[in-house]
Amino acid sequence: MNIDEEQKKKKTVVDTLWDILASVKLAIIIFAFIALTSIIGTVLEQRADPAKNILVLSRLFGESSAPTLYSFFDSLGFMDMYRSWWFKAVLVLFSVNIVICSFDRLPRIWKLVKEPLHPMPADKLGKLLINRQIVIKGKPDAVRSGVTEALKTARFRFTEVQEERGYQFYAQKGNYSRLGVYLTHFSILFILIGAMLGMQFGFKGYLNLPEGALSNSAVSNTDKEIPLGFDIRCDTFDVEFYGGSDMPKEYKSWLTVFKDGREVMRKSIVVNDPLTYEGITFYQSSYGMVPGAAQRGIAVLNAVSRTGKTAALNLRLGDTFQIPDSAVTGKILDFSPALKLDEHGHAVTYANMMNNPALLVEFTEGGTRLFSGWLLRRNPETWQLPNGDRVEFVDYWGVEYTGLQVRKDPGVWVVYLGCITMSIGLFIAFFMSHRRIWVKLSEENNTTRVLIGATTNKNKAAFERTLDRVVSVLSKKQEGVK
Amino acid sequence: MAYIVAMMIYITYLAFKNKQIGLTATTVTIVGFVAQTIAIISRWKEFADLSGLGFMRSAPFTNLYESLLFFVWCLILGYLIVEFKFRNRSFGAFITPIAGLALAFIDLSGVSKEIQPLVPALKSNWLLAHVTMSFIAYAAFAISFGTGLMSLIMTTEKRNELSYIFWTITVGLFVVLLASMGIDLFTFKVKVRPEIFIHNYLFRTSFLHPAAAVRLISWGLAIATLFAVWRYGSVLKKAIARLDVTSDMLEEITYKSIAVGFPIFTLGGLIFGAIWADQAWGVYWSWDPKETWSLITWFVYAFYLHGRFIRGWRGKNVAIVSVIGFMAVIFTYLGVNLLLSGLHAYGSQ
Repeated sequence: MNIDEEQKKKKTVVDTLWDILASVKLAIIIFAFIALTSIIGTVLEQRADPAKNILVLSRLFGESSAPTLYSFFDSLGFMDMYRSWWFKAVLVLFSVNIVICSFDRLPRIWKLVKEPLHPMPADKLGKLLINRQIVIKGKPDAVRSGVTEALKTARFRFTEVQEERGYQFYAQKGNYSRLGVYLTHFSILFILIGAMLGMQFGFKGYLNLPEGALSNSAVSNTDKEIPLGFDIRCDTFDVEFYGGSDMPKEYKSWLTVFKDGREVMRKSIVVNDPLTYEGITFYQSSYGMVPGAAQRGIAVLNAVSRTGKTAALNLRLGDTFQIPDSAVTGKILDFSPALKLDEHGHAVTYANMMNNPALLVEFTEGGTRLFSGWLLRRNPETWQLPNGDRVEFVDYWGVEYTGLQVRKDPGVWVVYLGCITMSIGLFIAFFMSHRRIWVKLSEENNTTRVLIGATTNKNKAAFERTLDRVVSVLSKKQEGVK
Repeated sequence: MAYIVAMMIYITYLAFKNKQIGLTATTVTIVGFVAQTIAIISRWKEFADLSGLGFMRSAPFTNLYESLLFFVWCLILGYLIVEFKFRNRSFGAFITPIAGLALAFIDLSGVSKEIQPLVPALKSNWLLAHVTMSFIAYAAFAISFGTGLMSLIMTTEKRNELSYIFWTITVGLFVVLLASMGIDLFTFKVKVRPEIFIHNYLFRTSFLHPAAAVRLISWGLAIATLFAVWRYGSVLKKAIARLDVTSDMLEEITYKSIAVGFPIFTLGGLIFGAIWADQAWGVYWSWDPKETWSLITWFVYAFYLHGRFIRGWRGKNVAIVSVIGFMAVIFTYLGVNLLLSGLHAYGSQ
């Protein structure tokens, strides 16, 4: 007896806990908590230099209290809050809430979904959520076909039973739409599981790869070396600009992948179009100059003679070359990564990135100096020489690196699966409803009383409009009979 | 600009309740809407010709000016749907002012109206889907904000009620902010980028005026305004009670616009945004302020949808949540870019 009571008491504790974990109240407390703490997380820059956030705090609350506030928020983990133990704990609680709430409600909902309909007595039918009735001339047998015709506009597949003084039609649809909410809830679990898989088995890193260089590893965000398991080479990198401006239009890297020394893949990537090999994805994210390499690049030129003969050239600073079929030689004297002419017509370097690479070339013929000038890569008119020859400036290679984001995330497909499930679930939950309808035809002194009763779990007004249409079709038929 | 005219006519309609005036208001709105649709399409075409990216990739929603215009377009479309569905014009007086304010903001501030070339990150097929769906959702949320606020005003009784205090403060703050920003704009008459305006000019004629006296008076006036709205809120309530709307109808519209906005926001705003981020940056979620604020917005509306199932919450409490939800939307859309980026800017000030 005593043990029994003990068990009863224990069970109530478990029950209360279960009820709390299954409650909507807990859900909205979690929503509010995540929303409010996230606000702090957006004001304080995450994983930033402490000085930055002290500055932010001093702007908001004054300089004197900023350091104290900083150490307060820091001790609570707000400087990296989305990875803090308490944020993770709330997400776990959120998942538990979703699971328990589903277990709590699903059996009842499942019964509603699976439950077949039965004919309904008239008094019960009259008490349903939506009610319509109309009296039609003629006995039920005579009007039956007309009624079924009108009911077709409501788009149900009716079951028909013969009753004492007439017929009853009943049907339901969208019963599975009651599960849409649970689909949405479980999709959140998918997304969280996917995110966890990514954190556990994936990595995020970067790789700055100079033109021509080969690498077999990337650098993680915590500055650790991550072996890739293959080699990747940047063949060349290029920035395209809008017209004559310095506004970049596109960054493009040409990459080649080698596995065990053999070339296995070749692809050019731009922002929004990455390369993936063996689950590791390379994204175009930035670019820059290899330090100290500016004067050591290779100029890729095409020397074209008056007669149309072309010679492809790869040259370094200080090299000389010959225009084919002539005695004219050129010597590369200087290089500038970004050259423009100022208002006085002087050539000036205006940036240290490769916005408009230029070469200063001096041309001689038989030892006498002919002319010299800058060849600008983005200005083909500068390639034309006064004597009719042409030197095309194709590229200045080997001085830039391409900045690649490197990521491996085996969980991303689970996350996407969750996203798809969530979309479907939300669509079902908001735009579909479980509708049930009963239509009773009963004889009353040579007329037929048509009684319509219906229920829906959502969007009552739309269902009512559908039924109003049915009734108006029926009354029109009635007039037709007259 | 037809919307501003429409806004005035709607307000006149409210005052006089004349059928003819109401009909004129609707006509003017529709004319404005058609004109704007043509304007958007022609800008789209111009942009497509300029960028050479093809029609689908050159949606003209790539900067603040274009996106605000598109927001106004969605809002008016949503309003027209509500007007025809519920056969009621009274909402026009509440929703066209939002459109009018957005347009006034575009016109008075120095938002760049130029067609700008796309930066590489925006060149994606996701741009069109992500941005259009987000703004359709924002417009739906704006409508729920309007009707939610109206239902709050209608249903609150006592001055010491939490919901009464909430809506009077909301309306009061709205008035104070608009007034002070208006004074700033008219005093400085400068057209600069909004970030610069906020940094250098905002509230310099009132709360941040160099003279302490002016600052004090501004604060005093602001508090007086809040108090006045709180004290005489019943006047507004009576005005709304005169309209042929019921609080049930307002609640229904609030719920329905959120029921439309929430799934669209989830799919277009959050999910498409995540897929795009994954393609462009290699992370589908990086907790940057914009992403986090969209998530905050999402949680507020999730709060609204779940709050309806709690006994005693339906009605005033969830209406408060719907109003807060739209504030989160505004912050996600404007605040993150204009305020947080300023806060995080290094070395300024």
